[in-house]
Amino acid sequence: MASPGAKKQKADDRAKYQKLASSIVPRPQLARNIAVAFVVGGLICALGQAVMNAFIASGMTGDEATAPTLATMILIGVVLTGLSVYHHIGEFAGAGAAVPITGFANTVAAAAMDFKREGYILGMGAKMFIIAGPVLVYGILAGVTVALIKWLSRG
Amino acid sequence: MATRRIGRSTVRFAAPPVIVSAGTVAGPMESRGPMARWFDEVVPDDMFGERSAEKAERRFMGDAVKIALTQAAVQPEQVDYFIAGDLLNQVITASFTAEDLGMPFIGVYGACSTSAQSLTVASALVDAGFADLALAATSSHYQTAERQFRYPIELNIQRKSTSQYTATGAGAVLVGRSGGKVKITEATVGRVIDMGTKDPNQMGPAMAPAAAETIFSHLADTGRDPGFYDVIITGDLGSVGSQILLELMQRRGVPLGDNYADGGVMLFQGVRGTGVGGSGCACSALIMDGFVWKRMCEGEIRRALIVATGALLSPLSWQQGESVPCIANAVTLQV
Repeated sequence: MASPGAKKQKADDRAKYQKLASSIVPRPQLARNIAVAFVVGGLICALGQAVMNAFIASGMTGDEATAPTLATMILIGVVLTGLSVYHHIGEFAGAGAAVPITGFANTVAAAAMDFKREGYILGMGAKMFIIAGPVLVYGILAGVTVALIKWLSRG
Repeated sequence: MATRRIGRSTVRFAAPPVIVSAGTVAGPMESRGPMARWFDEVVPDDMFGERSAEKAERRFMGDAVKIALTQAAVQPEQVDYFIAGDLLNQVITASFTAEDLGMPFIGVYGACSTSAQSLTVASALVDAGFADLALAATSSHYQTAERQFRYPIELNIQRKSTSQYTATGAGAVLVGRSGGKVKITEATVGRVIDMGTKDPNQMGPAMAPAAAETIFSHLADTGRDPGFYDVIITGDLGSVGSQILLELMQRRGVPLGDNYADGGVMLFQGVRGTGVGGSGCACSALIMDGFVWKRMCEGEIRRALIVATGALLSPLSWQQGESVPCIANAVTLQV
């Protein structure tokens, strides 16, 4: 096995190589990615707002319109995933497509499609939330934590 | 006494085996690239009409094998060993194909270096007199590889500046004692090199040091310089990885010249949506068994060094934060 001296040499070599590699690896196009994410994400949200306005115009209150709006946006995300369109939007827009609820719907639908071949129980059922699962876990955890803080700080 | 060894990592075959025939089958993306005309079969549907991508990958490998056997007019019963590998867990594509063929089977895994690895094993078996005919095959499939190593196909993920695209296809080579123009003269088996790259989107930068190490050892063992070869082709470093390789070789005092190219870059040059180049077992296989072998048969290339590069990561190892161990295996082809 490697002696402590050889270990240090290896760590130094690795650090040196990583420096060389990162000088050659192209930088991500941050400005482009941020701008496109902002515009596309904004368009998706504007679509959501339009859907909500339509529900309100049909006689619902703002509170009542929230749930059917979310359901409509999720449906759009799922259908676009099924038609193999949404991942192209994701490739183009990055976070702009991932952050809105359509992106969340995409993670569930994409996993469901991928694992269907392994059966409805061990495949689709078990793996459907493989990407979305952590969002749920930590989303709920964050919600409980914030609610707890609010409850404790009532005085 | 191992009489065929010349140096630390290279063997020189005593009676160099020949490539009797080769078969290549490529998917739709691959057929849009500049290498398309060198493939024996191009499949417009990457699902091959099958219900799962894994089954489709099997069809790719099966067809490549069939083409190689048909070209040589050889029956499966005449082949002494089937040496094959792919990217899927337990090299399952190769195992199912072997079951179909009924040949004695040696399953191998070298990630994307499997093409050169399996050819090395096949050549050694033939040269040493363990076989008259040995068949080496490799395959990869964009969808099966994505599923296993990365994310679901339809997931909204933005490609990184170093992302590569797994080639869909397969290559098969029939190795024998005679009956072919292209000889396998030397093989250099790589050492596993890990320079600490942890990002699975940076396969090129992860593998470049392994490629440099194998090329360097090969040249040292054989006493050659890079100019000896008409072409030196790495398997799938992509444009970023091959740029790093050039820099590494320069720093080691053995600069590579215009005869150097990368298979990943060659395969997908000008094809949209393929990142910085191709990757996967099929990438080096399609280039070696298609382009290089055919150009050598025509006499356009006389000496080729194929350096197939492989990232030996597992989905678990990178999730646990381990860096990526890499390897490069090289074979010398000469006419």
